[in-house]
Amino acid sequence: MKTGIVSYGAYIPKYRIKVEEIARVWGDDAESLSKGLKVDEKSVPDIDEDAATIAVESARSAIARCNIDPTRIGAVYTGSESHPYAVKPTSTIVAEAIGATPQLTAADFEFACKAGTAAVQACMGLAASKQIDLGLAIGSDVSQGAPGDALEYTAAAGGVSMLIGTNPDEIIANIEDTYSFTTDTPDFWRREGMPYPEHGGRFTGEPGYFKHVTGAAEGLMSKLNTTPKDYDYAVFHQPNGKFPSRVAKMLGFTTEQILPGLVVPKLGNTYSGSCLMGIAATLDQAKPGDCIFATAFGSGAGADAFSFEVTENIEKSRNKVATIEEMLQNPTYIDYSIYAKHKDKLRRA
Amino acid sequence: MSVARFWRKQVQRYNLVGTHCKSCDEYFYPPRNMCPTCRRNGKIESYKFNGDGEVISFTVIRTAAVGFEHQTPYILAIVQLKEGPKLTTQISCGIDEIYLGMKVKPVFRKLGDGGEKGMIYYGTKFIAAE
Repeated sequence: MKTGIVSYGAYIPKYRIKVEEIARVWGDDAESLSKGLKVDEKSVPDIDEDAATIAVESARSAIARCNIDPTRIGAVYTGSESHPYAVKPTSTIVAEAIGATPQLTAADFEFACKAGTAAVQACMGLAASKQIDLGLAIGSDVSQGAPGDALEYTAAAGGVSMLIGTNPDEIIANIEDTYSFTTDTPDFWRREGMPYPEHGGRFTGEPGYFKHVTGAAEGLMSKLNTTPKDYDYAVFHQPNGKFPSRVAKMLGFTTEQILPGLVVPKLGNTYSGSCLMGIAATLDQAKPGDCIFATAFGSGAGADAFSFEVTENIEKSRNKVATIEEMLQNPTYIDYSIYAKHKDKLRRA
Repeated sequence: MSVARFWRKQVQRYNLVGTHCKSCDEYFYPPRNMCPTCRRNGKIESYKFNGDGEVISFTVIRTAAVGFEHQTPYILAIVQLKEGPKLTTQISCGIDEIYLGMKVKPVFRKLGDGGEKGMIYYGTKFIAAE
């Protein structure tokens, strides 16, 4: 049975810090960094926001967009690499806060930046096999970058929720198929109890991001017998602006196809929310009949590719909640000292 | 606050669940099991507020209680929900942005925690509606 996106919702905190402000503190060349990463600024959570609160806000937005009865949700899966608890699910907090409890299954997912799309695949399976009516898949992060590390320039905060179901009268985008490509590649990790992740520097590029994204993308297009020309839009995981632009070119997609979903220059990398945020921004603009190709990447490493076809139902979901573009407007800029306070990098005596 | 004490009120804090007396049409938050007006004749039902409200009083906290020091200065306000009940809550906005009569809407935020090893308490705060 075919599955699809019944609704989607996103949340982006209102605070931003500019790359040049972080570079000022660490004595780096802001212009060269911004140009190299193709990122101007990144989102910062408020002092009382974490991956759970962001997940709840995005889930509430998804429910409000299509006026869904939350008790229909049979599974809540939250993907994040910044779950607030080491042991105690984020997904139970979300399920309670959206009024979906108690008749559902819930669990937390972790696969670096692609835990959200792994959750989408799990919901697809449960919905297609009629084990559940609707599944809620979430990618939410308040990602961590050690002070002075290259990741600090992009590690951002945000989340996206996708409601997955099978009712053709409700589906706003059919999921035509999905394809994953996974290997054991140690390009990025965080050990238990450590506050910040470590990474393999340039090793994260070729054997990590590019190998897996192209592997999954080419695998899906081969499976579906499609080419980049068959798609109106394309979204690739956006750890920075450079990687998705380059991988799109490698695969034969054009700049015009990826631009609507390329939110990273004004948002940063929202990790588990990153690819889903690009899909959400694209759905905000897509018309019935449009085809969207998307590939998420998670270090460790793996990639999940998806092919979507937008349905007529998308028009009914318009203007019900804020678009990604609207959420990116009018941010509150903060300096590094306030950013450090928000990110708990400073400890009081 | 003990884990059990918070957990008992968790649903009302997450989702602004209160009660409504069908006899006199009065709304209560936090929920009341008995209507103080109708007493025995009251007909109480559960009611979920959507959270639209208005700031009717506020103060700026600069010397905070233990556990809230890192949030100063922050705003503590009395918000009147459109159905009538008033509740004390934090407003998440700059101290120069708040004013009496400000329309607000609820957001899901961390209310506090039991220290590094303790439970994290989540619930409702408010932000400007526009």
